[in-house]
Amino acid sequence: MSRMIVSVSPHIRDKTTTAVIMRDVLIALFPALIAAILVFGWRSLLVTAVCVVSCMTGEWAFEKLTGRPNTVGDLSAAVTGVLLAYSLPAGIPVWQAVLGSLVAIAVVKQLFGGIGRNFANPAVTARIVMLLAFSETMTAWVIPDAVSGATPLAVLKGGDLQNLPGLLQMLLGVRGGCLGETGALALLAGGAYLLIRRVISWHTPAAFAGTVLLLTFLLGKQPVYQLMSGGLLLGAFFMATDYSTTPMTNSGRLIFGVGCGLITVLIRVWGNYPEGVSFSILMMNILTPYIARFTRQRPLGGAKL
Amino acid sequence: MAGRKLPGISVPHRKHTAEKIPRRLPVPPMVCIPVSMHIGAPARPVVQVGDTVKVGQLIAEADGAMSSPVYSGVSGKVKKIDDLLMSAGQRVPAVVIETDGEQAGSGAFTAPCVSDFATFIGAVRQSGVVGLGGAGFPTAVKLDVADLSKLETIIVNGAECEPYITSDTRTMIDDAESVRGGVMLLREYMKAKDIVIAVEKNKPRCIKIFSEMFRDDGHVRVAALPAVYPQGAEKVLIYNTTGRLVPEGGLPIDIGVIVINCTTLAAIEKYIRTGTPLYEKCVTVDGSAVASPGNVIVPIGTPLRDVFAFCGGFSERPGKVLYGGPMMGIAVPDLEQTVLKNTNAVLALSAREAEPPEETACIRCGRCMARCPLRLSPAEIESAYRRNRPDELEALRVGLCMECGCCAYVCPANRHLVQTNKLSKALLRSYRAVKPAVKEESA
Ligand code: SF4
Ligand code: SF4
Repeated sequence: MSRMIVSVSPHIRDKTTTAVIMRDVLIALFPALIAAILVFGWRSLLVTAVCVVSCMTGEWAFEKLTGRPNTVGDLSAAVTGVLLAYSLPAGIPVWQAVLGSLVAIAVVKQLFGGIGRNFANPAVTARIVMLLAFSETMTAWVIPDAVSGATPLAVLKGGDLQNLPGLLQMLLGVRGGCLGETGALALLAGGAYLLIRRVISWHTPAAFAGTVLLLTFLLGKQPVYQLMSGGLLLGAFFMATDYSTTPMTNSGRLIFGVGCGLITVLIRVWGNYPEGVSFSILMMNILTPYIARFTRQRPLGGAKL
Repeated sequence: MAGRKLPGISVPHRKHTAEKIPRRLPVPPMVCIPVSMHIGAPARPVVQVGDTVKVGQLIAEADGAMSSPVYSGVSGKVKKIDDLLMSAGQRVPAVVIETDGEQAGSGAFTAPCVSDFATFIGAVRQSGVVGLGGAGFPTAVKLDVADLSKLETIIVNGAECEPYITSDTRTMIDDAESVRGGVMLLREYMKAKDIVIAVEKNKPRCIKIFSEMFRDDGHVRVAALPAVYPQGAEKVLIYNTTGRLVPEGGLPIDIGVIVINCTTLAAIEKYIRTGTPLYEKCVTVDGSAVASPGNVIVPIGTPLRDVFAFCGGFSERPGKVLYGGPMMGIAVPDLEQTVLKNTNAVLALSAREAEPPEETACIRCGRCMARCPLRLSPAEIESAYRRNRPDELEALRVGLCMECGCCAYVCPANRHLVQTNKLSKALLRSYRAVKPAVKEESA
């Protein structure tokens, strides 16, 4: 009689694995890619492909060199690649996109131990690094033909409200900005998909967007435009919900979202940059361990210690 | 009635055998009955090699209060008294009986004389009944409440939330009268004023039977609960039916509640009515490697290979065989293991299904926390365990974990969270054992 496998329960598992989750995120990001190609042309596809390939190759190479198990198959590097590409202008030079991808994967993710162990969001951090290193190309917005010069946030900041793109243009993403952040409808559709698939919970995006809406409303700063400008929707649904770098409990996620919203508005209204989403997420990433400590869920019926 | 229910998960039901009326296994050639099939002191064998035994004969007597007597379900000759390694790791004597197929003695029992609480508890003790739905806690100990006025609610557990298992369902359908009689016994001798029969909604037939049976009884109500795993776990069931929480380290009776499994209750009733002690069990035989799944009544001590053979044998080579369901069941090393008192199902999973999934890095998704019925934080427990921090484990209340497996089930990284929780509990126990000494030193 052949012996049988003896292992600790449970003996069945849910089919959802890390790769399944990441695949869902990629699916959710897809509509925004279509929007990007329509608005900014085929170069958006090129930049996205370059970032994805660089991130996945970078992860594979790093793991090969350090003798770690290969995790390219979990698709998390592909997600990082797409998110980074979406936060770049469509005209970014290819070599800069490659460099940014390697910073995201090698420095921000793998040096800290790989998936689940990095404290800062790789795409967000790499974008900030690129903003500092390549400030010229990083703010050289590709402006769709249909609209005038500056990005809506710059327009808002300048107070020149006459030149704001129409609401419909905002929804469709026909405005200046990073290639994947402009298509509000496409991003909302993706966000809805993630919520339905329960990949993310509503707490972070609702708290993030809600805080921005409320504060800009109180400050009289065009709340609806604020919501659809910059990388806010992309950030709220896809970056502030990154598992590794945000709190694991729903109460923690609420605090995280509120914090992101607060910092974003502070930067947008009083800071030197028109855009604050990336900075706010990175700052809240840094605060995450502390938030986690105060928002740990209380076990039911636990004895007093 | 509790407004909020504890979180849980939806697992596949796979109750293929719910409509399979239990069939009786032909007497196996040999049975091997361990004297410890319960929590507490092993029973003491009272037969010797060469003795002839009858059906229902006492073969091991309870050793003290926290123990339970063991009876033979077959007639035959005691061949040897073996030293058996149980799946929990301890070695206990096991009485091996070569059967003669006569089944002499069956039916020739006299009912015990029960007239008050003390004689009721005495009868429960004599019946050999232990918690049949779970860990095998001696039922007499559970029911022997020091102050009956503290007892407010008795929950009859018919939730049966584990996938595959339908033996409790069959009890509720086929032995509904025994369950009714059991409820009456609880009313009479335990003075229970509020009795809840808790059944998951995926067993509408059982709900209907009891709703009709107790329609005019103001003291008995049927709670139809959502089929969410682990609805039948004691703490979850108590919370979801009464809104009360069992404190850490406490017992349900501390909050005025007793939970008794429906099959356990039926077995007690049968003993008190007819004098038939617990010597056979209805088990669900199922799993992807079983040719024709069904419910089978077998003498306790029957080797698993005989039980599977009766169900058409294996349709493919089994990779894993379990006592109990796939969420909390115990994997056995071979088919020589035998049916125990608390065995409610034996499952054989195909080699493909038994293959453990690959464990990858925790992605901090928080699913394990969101789905833990007791709101523990398994990912953080794992981290504290790996850093060897029993103090953190204590603060994380790992001792509360009921090992239901929800966390590991949903984990996308397939972390071995239940295993780690078990190890963490052991680490915490040894830490607590030395902690007073450490404190004294530092004082
Ligand atoms: S931590 Fe324990 S009680 Fe919570 S889900 Fe996991 S096994 Fe169940
Ligand atoms: S469910 Fe698994 S991957 Fe997610 S936080 Fe828990 S242990 Fe980590």
